[in-house]
Amino acid sequence: MNRKRDYEAESDSTDVLGAPDLTPEELAAEWAAESPPPSGPVANLAASLVAAGVGIAGMIIALGLGLGTPGEPRPGTWPFIISLIITVLALAQLVVGRRGGMDGERFSPLSRMAAFGFVTLLAMVWLMPVIGFEIPALLLCFVWMKFLGGETWRSATLYSVLVVAAFYAIFILGLGTSIPYLF
Amino acid sequence: MDFFDPVLNGFGVVLDPQNLLYCLMGVVIGMLIGVLPGLGPAATIAILLPLTYGIDPVTAIIMLAGIFYGAQYGGTITSVLLRLPGEASSVVTVFDGYVLAKQGKAGTALGIAAIGSFIGGTVAIIGLTFLAPLVASFALDFGPPEYTALALVGILLVATISGGTKIKALIAAAVGLLLATVGRDVFTGAERFTFGNLSLADGIDFVPIAMGLFGIGEILYNLEERHRAVSAPAKVANVWPSRADLRKSSGAIGRGSVLGFFLGILPGGGATISSMVSYAVEKKRAKDPSRFGKGAVEGVAGPETANNAAATSSFIPLLTLGIPANATMAIIFGALLIHGITPGPQLISEDPELFWGVVNSMYIGNILLLILSIPLVGLFVKILRVRAAILAPITALITILGAYTIRNSMFDVLLVVLFGALGYLMKKFGFEPGPLVLAFVLGELLESNLRRSLLVLEGDVSGFLTRPISATLLVIFVLVAVGPMIKSALARRQQRDTTRVSADS
Repeated sequence: MNRKRDYEAESDSTDVLGAPDLTPEELAAEWAAESPPPSGPVANLAASLVAAGVGIAGMIIALGLGLGTPGEPRPGTWPFIISLIITVLALAQLVVGRRGGMDGERFSPLSRMAAFGFVTLLAMVWLMPVIGFEIPALLLCFVWMKFLGGETWRSATLYSVLVVAAFYAIFILGLGTSIPYLF
Repeated sequence: MDFFDPVLNGFGVVLDPQNLLYCLMGVVIGMLIGVLPGLGPAATIAILLPLTYGIDPVTAIIMLAGIFYGAQYGGTITSVLLRLPGEASSVVTVFDGYVLAKQGKAGTALGIAAIGSFIGGTVAIIGLTFLAPLVASFALDFGPPEYTALALVGILLVATISGGTKIKALIAAAVGLLLATVGRDVFTGAERFTFGNLSLADGIDFVPIAMGLFGIGEILYNLEERHRAVSAPAKVANVWPSRADLRKSSGAIGRGSVLGFFLGILPGGGATISSMVSYAVEKKRAKDPSRFGKGAVEGVAGPETANNAAATSSFIPLLTLGIPANATMAIIFGALLIHGITPGPQLISEDPELFWGVVNSMYIGNILLLILSIPLVGLFVKILRVRAAILAPITALITILGAYTIRNSMFDVLLVVLFGALGYLMKKFGFEPGPLVLAFVLGELLESNLRRSLLVLEGDVSGFLTRPISATLLVIFVLVAVGPMIKSALARRQQRDTTRVSADS
C-alpha cells in the first residue's frame, strides 16, 4: 500500500545502480523466481473441460445447421470441423497437461483485485445508460485508485475528479460524442 | 522509373501536414507505452481503434504503425535504465544495457540502441519497398485453394511459435475461428450461433474482441501484477556514443538489420524472437563471449536493431498477402477492414496511396524517433513516476467510452468487458490471446475460401494437392503441425534407450 513512499525512499538513496551484478542466466532465474507459480493440474483439468465443452456444444449446434458434404458444404460444415478440432485438442491437453505444465499462473489472493475490477466495470456498464457516465466513472476511478491502487484518500479524490473532468471536457464538450451524460 | 512514381507519390501523402501530425502522435504514443510496463503495443492499438473511425484510412494506419514501431524504441529505455523490459522485444537488451547503465554508460546504451533501431528500421523499409511489390505480384495469381492454405499456415505458425503451450495456443486459435462464424452465413444467410439474439445476427465485431482481450484483459491482469517495486532510474548523460563504440557495434547493427528483416516476415516471427536470435548470434560470433552480460555494446546494438527491423518487415505479409504475421498486425488488419480496405496482393495496385503512404511514413517515423528519443529520454523517465494506480482507471475509462463511441451501443461495451474477463482468464490458464484474435480476423477469409475451393474442385479435397502452391503450403502446414511431435517422440525414445542401456550395463 505504501508503494509511493517506498519508491521515493529508494530514489533518495539513488542506489539502483548498486544492485548486485547478475549474469543473464542469473537474471533470468531471478525473473523466473519472481513470477507467480504455474496454474497447475486442477486448472488444466478445468480449462480442458471447458474447451471440450465449447467444442462439443459447437458440434451439436453445427449438426443442427446441416453437415453437408465436401462437394456441397452447408452452414454447419465449417463450424463442425472447427468444433471437432477444439474437442480433440482439448482432450489431448487434458492428457498432456494432467500433471500441470509450466504455463498459466496460479490464482493468488491478489487475483481478487482483478475480480473486483471486473465487477466494477460491469457496474459501470449497467449504470452508464441509467445515470450517465460521470458518477459511475468518478466512482470507478476512486475505487480503483483508493482500494485497488492504495492511493491516499486525498490523492484518490483529487485525481478522480480531475480525470472525470478531463474526460467530460474531451468526450462531451470537445468531441461532442453521444455518450450518455447527466450534467 | 515507373516503379518509383508511386513511391514518390507516397512521400507526398506522408508530408501532408495532417499525416505528419498523426505520424508524430503515433510514434510518441508508441514510445510512451513502450516506456510504461504493462500495456503492450497490441493493447494500446486495440484501445485506440475507436479513435481511427473519424479519420482518413491512410492517416489512421500511419498513426497505428507509428505506435507499433515507436513502442520498440520506448521499451529499450526502461530495459537500460531500470532493468525492467517495457516490451517483450527488449528483454535481452536488459542483459548488457543495464550493466552499461551501471557503469555510467546509460547514455551510450540508449544512443546506440536509437541509432541501431534507426538503421534497422530503414534497412527493413528499403527491403519492404522492393520485396513487397514482388510478393504481391506473385500472389496475384492465388486462387481460393492457395488462400485457404496460406491462412491455415499463417494461423498455425503464429499459434505454434508464439510461446506457451502449443496445444493451448491452437485451441485459442480454433475458438477464434469458431467465434468468426457467429452471425449470418455469407453463402446461405442461415443464422449460426446467434441464439435468437438480434445483436449477434450481424456477427461479432472485431473491435470489441480486440479491445476486450488485449485492452481490458491486460488492465485486469495488471491490477493484480502491480505490486512489483519500481526503482529509481539511472542518470543519463552523454547520449552520443563514442566512435569506438560505434565501430564495435557496426557489425552487430548490420547483422541485426538483415536478421530482423527476414525473421519479421515469417508469421509468428517478429520483434521478440529476432531480438533474442540476434543476441545469441552476437554472443556466438564474439571473440570473447564472456564480455556479454558485462556491458558489451554489441549486446544492445544487435537486438535493438533486429527488433525494429522485424517490426517493420512484419508489415510485408499483411500488406501483400493479407495475412497478419502477429497479433499487432492482426489488429492493424482489423483497422483496415473497418475502413473498408481488404489488405491483399491487389492493395499496391488498387490503393497505391495507402500502401506507399504507410510504407514511407515509416521513414519519417523513424527519423522522428531518432530525433525525439535522445532529447526526450529525461521526460520519459519522469513519466515512469506516474503511478500505475492512477493510470489504470484512465486506460479503463478510455476503453469503455471509446468502445461506446464506435456504434453508440452499450452491447458493444458489455462485449468488451466480457471479452476482457475472458482475456484475463486465458492469461491465467496459459492460453495466449494473440492466436485467438488472429484466427478470428482470418476466420471469414478462411471459411469462404475453403468453401469456394470446394465448389471449384467439386468436392475433391485432393485438388488442394495438385496445385503446386497450395500443395507446398499444405506440406509446410503438416511439417509445422506434426514435426515437433515426432521430434519430441524421438527424443523420448532415445532417452528411454539410453536409460535402458545404462540399466543393462
